[in-house]
Amino acid sequence: MIDPNTVELSRLQFGLTAMYHFLFVPLTLGLSVLLAIMESVYVMTGRTVWRDMTRFWGVLFGINFAMGVATGITMEFQFGTNWAYYSQYVGDIFGAPLAIEGLMAFFLEATFVGLFFFGWDRMSKVGHLASTWLLALGTNLSALWILIANGWMQHPVGAAFNFHTMRMEVTSFYDVLFNPVAQAKFVHTVSAGYVTGAIFVLAISAWFLLRGRYPEIAKRSMTVAASFGLAAALSVVVLGDESGYTASQNQKMKIAAIEADWQTEAPPASFTVFGFPDVKDRMTHFAIRVPWLLGLIATRSLDVEVPGIVNLVADNTERIKHGIVAYRALETLRVHPDDSAAQADFMTNEHDLGYALLLKRYTDKVVDATPAQIEKAAWDTVPGVAALFWTFRIMVALGFYFIALFAFAFYLSARRRLDRYRWFLTAALWSLPLPWISCELGWFVAEYGRQPWTIDGVLPTFLSASSVSAGTVWTSLLGFVVFYSVLAVVELYLMLKYVRLGPAVVGVGVSPRGTAGAAE
Amino acid sequence: MADILDYATLRVIWWLLLGVLLAGFAVTDGFDLGAAIWLPFLGRNDAERRVVINSFGPVWEGNQVWLILGGGAIFAAWPMVYAVAFSGFYLAMFLVLCTLILRPVAIKYRSKHPAARWRTLWDWALFVAGLVPALVFGVAVGNALLGVPFRFDGDLRMVYDGGLLGLFRPFAVLAGLVSVAMLAMHGGAFLASKASSPVAERARRAATLSALGVFVLFAAAGWATTHVEGYRIVGVLAHDGPSNPVGKHAVQVVGAWLNNYRAQPWLAAVPGLGLLSAAATVLALGLKLDKLAVFCSGLSVAAIVATAGVSMFPFILPSTLDPSVSLTVWDASSSRTTLLIMLVATLIFMPIILLYTAFVYRVLRGRVSAAQIEGETNSY
Repeated sequence: MIDPNTVELSRLQFGLTAMYHFLFVPLTLGLSVLLAIMESVYVMTGRTVWRDMTRFWGVLFGINFAMGVATGITMEFQFGTNWAYYSQYVGDIFGAPLAIEGLMAFFLEATFVGLFFFGWDRMSKVGHLASTWLLALGTNLSALWILIANGWMQHPVGAAFNFHTMRMEVTSFYDVLFNPVAQAKFVHTVSAGYVTGAIFVLAISAWFLLRGRYPEIAKRSMTVAASFGLAAALSVVVLGDESGYTASQNQKMKIAAIEADWQTEAPPASFTVFGFPDVKDRMTHFAIRVPWLLGLIATRSLDVEVPGIVNLVADNTERIKHGIVAYRALETLRVHPDDSAAQADFMTNEHDLGYALLLKRYTDKVVDATPAQIEKAAWDTVPGVAALFWTFRIMVALGFYFIALFAFAFYLSARRRLDRYRWFLTAALWSLPLPWISCELGWFVAEYGRQPWTIDGVLPTFLSASSVSAGTVWTSLLGFVVFYSVLAVVELYLMLKYVRLGPAVVGVGVSPRGTAGAAE
Repeated sequence: MADILDYATLRVIWWLLLGVLLAGFAVTDGFDLGAAIWLPFLGRNDAERRVVINSFGPVWEGNQVWLILGGGAIFAAWPMVYAVAFSGFYLAMFLVLCTLILRPVAIKYRSKHPAARWRTLWDWALFVAGLVPALVFGVAVGNALLGVPFRFDGDLRMVYDGGLLGLFRPFAVLAGLVSVAMLAMHGGAFLASKASSPVAERARRAATLSALGVFVLFAAAGWATTHVEGYRIVGVLAHDGPSNPVGKHAVQVVGAWLNNYRAQPWLAAVPGLGLLSAAATVLALGLKLDKLAVFCSGLSVAAIVATAGVSMFPFILPSTLDPSVSLTVWDASSSRTTLLIMLVATLIFMPIILLYTAFVYRVLRGRVSAAQIEGETNSY
């Protein structure tokens, strides 16, 4: 009854629009804080070069911010348009953080962004600085609530199924808020945003220095970016490890897939650095392994097993069978809500109901599923191993590269040698696209690794989609591709134009040859 | 507090809050949507058009959050309404979405390049981005009043049986025109109070014209309502039962949307306020009391939004395929816990939001002039 094409197209559309949205978000997160830091220095020291810096990076921030806001609306709408059953099934829990995000964060961010641009001559220095910090605060709080919502999809705590309403309902909002997965994801994600903002500033400043333009502003900007970026890059890696640890506690299949860990080994498990995972043979060819490492990272112990994919599939087969019992009880309860035998059956197997729903892909009659269908559904719980294995490794490698880049920039700025080595400036410039690549890969690992679920263990992606036709989704998907591509071209054109113009766009006192600091 | 607020009360509160958020969206974002509709007509050269855009330029982002918040609140408080409305109106929503994305881009990017063709292109983009959401949201409300073709399967999975063109039924189109006229009135009044002359003078005439349009169209919609099929619940529906729309009995009856006014005649004050405030807007504009005109048109907009809700109560989204599974205040909400948590969050943050929004409008007070725009590097 559900058209698999609708599901696949909706996934593609959501994935593409989400990844497109996240081209703008990390820069907004990072630059908003960098702007607030630069303006703080201006207010504390009174040196106008810092105000000019704030205003220049602010122009680029503005070009990026518009797209971030615009593409964010798409995300909110799509839960309703393309994932209607999802919205109805978990809206009771998932909707609240989104709404609170609007109340607490987005309103703040969107209201004060106006003052950031238009308040320079209308407010006191401190008043304007306060607006800038409120803008940065709103941006970061926004990320917090979105990641609380996303964290719940990865690790659905504080909720239970209500058979009267046929949906998940909140049992403990406290648990949803302080979900360890959400907290780890939040700090990891905002740190990644800070890294992105810092590399953006570092790379463009390096370009100015290579061209011998605006050395005053470029060197100061690089110094701020290097120190802020170093702290952020370190925390991305440390907190990414925390994120991995919480996942290893709660999303064992995702970790097993990322590590291409097919069979449970005797602890501590070895870490596969390199290899070619092969789903058909259920093994990794040409694997290079480091003994003990995975056990240490994933369990932080020497004696706890990291379960392998094959073993987890066997567990999930059992969970599907229990889920079928819950589903059968549910069919009775729909007609006779007071049937105590069905209630008891449901209560004992409630936690596996989602696993029975995996069968919907193969049969409408879940309770009559054949062993072959159950086997297929159990193997569906394994996400794409090779894709996760590789994207994860590239992301991590980039994370370590960022630490090295910032550490060196920090060293150079401390020795006042930022403009000494052209090779370093060139490397910094060419690093510009890398944080975006690692951010996108990070989301790929998180969300592709969550498949086949929208809500881990609760609601399969297949079932979450709306009952719209595949043709309709094709229409919107093609529309998005064309429309978003045009916007990307316009955005890039303006970004490059304003980068080329340089800080001179923001005021008469700024000259490309470095007299901006004359007031000092 | 938790004990006083039973499930039924919370549902009514969230129905009211939904109205407040939608009215908040129409009133605040109505400034920018309405002004954008007038942009190509009131600005006769580039400098004048920049006056129009910069009148709402610094505040439209905050205004738009009312829509985001409205969407979030429907998702959190009325998940079934969110699921049915957004997926049912799929292509209409996609159309609105495209224009909502186009709008910020047009505002931000238009004046960043001097070529006349570039700017004219974005001006018309802004016009479309103002007109289309105004029209589609109105048509959507019209469709909510007429009912929408959906039903549920055994897993309570919604099945929708309709397309984009099916939305444009005559009554729904009339509702769309009411919406366009009211936002044009509101945006016009905003420009009359915020722009400098000569744009302000033209805006006064534009707002007067559209306020008269609101008066006529809204009255016509009221008359039409007596001839379309409304919905009525048969028998008793518990106000604190589980949120499951299957199991009650409801029917379609011509003129049923007037039942609430028959039962409680004082409710007629709501549509009455919509009409009277539109008339008062005309008067205030004639006397050049521009701020009063903005207030009156805002009141009119809010009352028109409220009229739709009051007429339909307790229905939120009726079904034409099976009136008995229509979504109502009593069976389409979130759980009591979620409604309560959301209420607490709203009570804490809404006053703060209103406070800083007022502060920002105050900082940015005063009319926008061409000279001022030239002197400001961040101008749009």
